[in-house]
Amino acid sequence: MKSLIQKLTETFSPSGYEQEIREVVRAEVEPFADEVRIDPLGSLIVRKGKVGKNGKRIMLAGHMDEIGLIASHIDENGFIRFSGIGGLVAHTLLGGRVHFVNGVSGVIGGERIMDVGKTLPVTQLFIDVGASSPKDCPVKIGDVASFDRPFFDMGHRMVAKSMDDRIGCAVMIESLRSLKSSPNELYFTFTTQEEVGLRGAVASAFGIDPELGLSLDVTGTGDTPKSRKMDVKLGDGPAIKIKDGGMLSDPRVVQWMINTAEKEKIPYQREILEAGTTDATVIQLTHAGVPAGCLSIPCRYVHSPSEMVDTNDVENAIKLLIALISAPIRL
Amino acid sequence: MVKTFYLTKKQTTLLEKLSQAMGISGNEGEVRSVILEEIRPYISDHQVDALGNLLVTRQGSANNRLKVMVAAHMDEVGFMIAADDGEGIFRFESVGGIDVRQLPGKSVLVGKDHLPGVIGARPIHLTTASERQNKIPLEKLRIDVGPGKNPIKPGDQAVFNTNFRRVGPSLIGKALDDRLGVAVLIELIKDAPENIDLQAAFTVQEEIGSRGARVAAFSFKPDLAFVVDSTPANDLPSWDDAENVTYNTHLGEGPAIYVADGATLSDPRLIRLLKQTAEKESIPFQLRQPGGGGTDAGTIHKQAGGIPSVSVSIPGRYSHTAAGVARVSDYVNTVALLKATLRSIQPEFLAQERK
Repeated sequence: MKSLIQKLTETFSPSGYEQEIREVVRAEVEPFADEVRIDPLGSLIVRKGKVGKNGKRIMLAGHMDEIGLIASHIDENGFIRFSGIGGLVAHTLLGGRVHFVNGVSGVIGGERIMDVGKTLPVTQLFIDVGASSPKDCPVKIGDVASFDRPFFDMGHRMVAKSMDDRIGCAVMIESLRSLKSSPNELYFTFTTQEEVGLRGAVASAFGIDPELGLSLDVTGTGDTPKSRKMDVKLGDGPAIKIKDGGMLSDPRVVQWMINTAEKEKIPYQREILEAGTTDATVIQLTHAGVPAGCLSIPCRYVHSPSEMVDTNDVENAIKLLIALISAPIRL
Repeated sequence: MVKTFYLTKKQTTLLEKLSQAMGISGNEGEVRSVILEEIRPYISDHQVDALGNLLVTRQGSANNRLKVMVAAHMDEVGFMIAADDGEGIFRFESVGGIDVRQLPGKSVLVGKDHLPGVIGARPIHLTTASERQNKIPLEKLRIDVGPGKNPIKPGDQAVFNTNFRRVGPSLIGKALDDRLGVAVLIELIKDAPENIDLQAAFTVQEEIGSRGARVAAFSFKPDLAFVVDSTPANDLPSWDDAENVTYNTHLGEGPAIYVADGATLSDPRLIRLLKQTAEKESIPFQLRQPGGGGTDAGTIHKQAGGIPSVSVSIPGRYSHTAAGVARVSDYVNTVALLKATLRSIQPEFLAQERK
């Protein structure tokens, strides 16, 4: 499992440029799938099974994309100005390293800091790839990059860029591999463009037209010094989402998830996330409406280059997901 | 050598009619009429949908044709009369993104009859120095059409009163965003290619959230989409001679191809197709600086299971103000780029890698 997570998190694929991660995921899932297709916005849709007795058509969604940067101007000295793709946290950028999808690496520098108490906004940062003019700059306007940080295994904790949401992808892949049988028609959907507004999932949910939707994504925690108040901790189990910034989970879905976790004696936490949301939000509003929920993996330092998850939480998320999708579901 | 760009008298007249038509979001009828009059000889059928989008299909004759949507919005930013204060004085609201600082002293046209009026402002003689430091909020502004009988009612539209002009290499007028795009679409319809089914949508309500495009895309369910819009050029030199790194686009450097804006990440295959076509045909182009903002592509690409989309814009200075400035060359090159691009779309286009 850890080698899979390493492989997924060390792949560079910001929103809209998921080609590379799609190939990595595809290679992992193909032997276990009944059907694999790519939809018009690039989401990888992996079908397993057919609707059987008391079964449902279920969409599981974990997003393949990660936050990143896009070059907006190469200045006369070869420095690259950029905008964010997704929610960059400006104070985690300065001094970081980035990797362009075209293979070029660079470091993030900033204009002179006039007030040390203030974070430089993205507009005052630039990327230095060692060029000295637009002509010798190997990056052009519109080229995209993501953070460059290797995966780091601490034993019971793991740290990497893009745990959001490669960890959700890993949970889906591991569950698909270990799934024995199911009465449900399962669509393991590795979505695109989540970080820029859940765009890939809007399209794939319309195409799949599911009867039940579940996203697999990270959630924040409230367990670090002077953090925001949030009753989710690393290591206390996967979180069952009740509400976030964009969705009220269907209460029947929440209850089904809680009942299953208790029956299987899998630790879980009840999640209320104040800001942020997941693909489930748009799945819920597809066609005439879809009961939806989210199985979250607690994650510290979300949207920084070093996102941390707990190994037991990940293993328990896999166990819970398998239990959820293996049996008939009555909401 | 400077290449001169020629517009026929008819083309210039069409641009003038489009620019001067009144059509704030939700009230695009006049623009729709101008378009219909122009394209009627070239089409067998058209549809005005529930929201007012004008939808036109021109089928090709080749086998295995992709359905290709092209969209440009008919609506413009402007004003809506909100209340009658009597004596020809009206309160109003803005429709779409308008900078209130730019309103006092502007001439406007109001209602179906295009009645002239003015957004009044107290003259400099009667204002204090401190008043002149602050912007006048919209609530304090009024449109004055003069006393006497008039048919103006709350809900009527008003737009900037700006005569369209061609001045040397430039076009000056109101609503160039996106009547230039509308004119491009008209040219595409007149010369529709045989290798695709061209689905043209003249959309409504773009300026208030791309609402028309959303339903137009759902009706068409195309295989891919091109949005033709106008994007700001903030290309004047900096006051301190520092390098301008936030120009968005430059006037005169050709059609601006979008990679990413606030609402859409363009399909990489379509970006590549546009660039390659431009290079092959020696048509100048520029990449719009990736950043915020949005076009109709923002709602189109998420419809009906997903529609690979890209936007191409004609750069325009002073967008969303009383008078914008664009270049004839950018308009002509946008038409040329899109015509050539549409002609080069093969049925297997979507099978290639996205990279």
